[in-house]
Amino acid sequence: MSQYLLSVYYDETVPDPSPDQMAQMYLDVETLNEKIRTAGAWVFGGGLHTPDTSTVVRQSDGEIVITDGPLPEAKEQIGGFWIIDALDLDAALAWAKQATVACMGPVEVRPFQEEPQG
Amino acid sequence: MLDTAGIETVFREESARAIASLVRRFGDIDLAEEAVQEAFMEAVRRWPADGPPPSPAGWIITTARNRAVDRLRRESLRTQRHLEAMTLEDDMAHQTHEIEDDRLRLIFTCCHPALATAAQVALTLRLIGGLTTPEIARAFLTPESTMAQRLVRAKRKIKAANIPYRVPAAAELSDRLKPVLAVGYLVFNEGFVATTGEQLTRDDLAVEGIRLARLLFDLMPDEPEVMGLLALMLLTHSRRAARVDSEGRLVRLADQDRRLWDRGLIEEGHELVRRCLRRNLPGPYQIQAAISAVHTDAEDAADTDWAQVLALYRQLRAFDPSPVIALNQAVALAEVAGPQSGLSQVESLDLEGYHLYHAIRADFLARLGREDEAIEAYERAIALTSNQAELNHLNAMLEIIRARPPHPTSRVSGDAPSSGNAGPIEGRRRR
Repeated sequence: MSQYLLSVYYDETVPDPSPDQMAQMYLDVETLNEKIRTAGAWVFGGGLHTPDTSTVVRQSDGEIVITDGPLPEAKEQIGGFWIIDALDLDAALAWAKQATVACMGPVEVRPFQEEPQG
Repeated sequence: MLDTAGIETVFREESARAIASLVRRFGDIDLAEEAVQEAFMEAVRRWPADGPPPSPAGWIITTARNRAVDRLRRESLRTQRHLEAMTLEDDMAHQTHEIEDDRLRLIFTCCHPALATAAQVALTLRLIGGLTTPEIARAFLTPESTMAQRLVRAKRKIKAANIPYRVPAAAELSDRLKPVLAVGYLVFNEGFVATTGEQLTRDDLAVEGIRLARLLFDLMPDEPEVMGLLALMLLTHSRRAARVDSEGRLVRLADQDRRLWDRGLIEEGHELVRRCLRRNLPGPYQIQAAISAVHTDAEDAADTDWAQVLALYRQLRAFDPSPVIALNQAVALAEVAGPQSGLSQVESLDLEGYHLYHAIRADFLARLGREDEAIEAYERAIALTSNQAELNHLNAMLEIIRARPPHPTSRVSGDAPSSGNAGPIEGRRRR
């Protein structure tokens, strides 16, 4: 069993979806969440506020510096994520395929370094 | 008595089975590769004196497996998984069928869609083809360090992301088969028309591609696209001796000396195409093989059933709408309906950066008596070509056009089929 981070990206330069599309998206994501939980794959997941709400903390010359975020100046930003348990990459990709449809954005699948304890 | 070179050959043939078997058992490609390498060293020490074992394949797997277990003990990598693997009582080495399955599993791992195409190709040649890293690097004109790095990264990803060793379930098999077929075709095609370099064909890569396709066909005899891929390679390869003349110039299909074609490969390819037709589950590789079969069926260029070729290209485009297919179709169209029709079709294509686009356009323009435009198009094709044999051919064509007396009034009729002197220029399919 491995753990994977499924990050949902969205393009900041593209206009937000319509309220109807948003409502549909929340509904689809909740349905998917339920499926992940039922399958016993759920570890954690959630949607994030927009990147302009983020704060970056870093150590610089021994001082802790706090600055306004986001950290990467990219047009693609993380909108939310899941952490899931999966047998292997194929199982994780099967969830990611459903996630990209539900969230209407690309999903990046990354393995965690350590196998889950127990 | 086997010398080191002989032992190398045996290992090259058998290493995929051994590596696949060990990967399945220990779930670790590096460990499997190292253990097979150690078994090779032991064979070099022992076989010349003792003679080769009765079953070299079985010996390699057993020896490599023992070496892997030794190594795990030595390095105290006794994680639970490895211990479990070691204590499994198995006699896999003696069950040929199981081992075949192991190789198929490993092929699907090497060609997993989560890996970049270049990594898929390198891994497949290394683990399934038994090529060394320097050999793969040379074949793809890549620095050895780059190729080594590519392999290390790919293997690290397989391990870290836990890419499975598994033959995909029936429902996803046709999707997962696509990159497997694409890797085989890419290896073959890189050998068929080397992207750069002096020689047009790099036979060893083409042969390696055929070897891969034969293995796939052995492992999946019921997949029509696998059959189609092998047939396409055999029929293409059958023409290799005729593709370059004594001066190193590419020879177009229409101008090739057909006596130089390999009849044995043609017969084998035609038989496979007939089997595909009986299965009646067409796919892009089968259709391309069928097109190749029509060409190799013709006594000479004029005897070619161009209407059939054109119909097959129409069918192919339904599977693959890429402009390169449309470009090849235009060549057949020009033979059936005249160069003006061919020209109209190519001019709608967005292939500015592709040398064959300009070469084919140049040929149509030349046949229409539009010399100035033909010269310009040949010059563009030449500027985009890096393969020496193709360059020689294009330069020769350019000279012929330039030597023509400039009589715009002597234009040939736009819609008369030509005498068939312009066959398709065989080239790499690009997507």
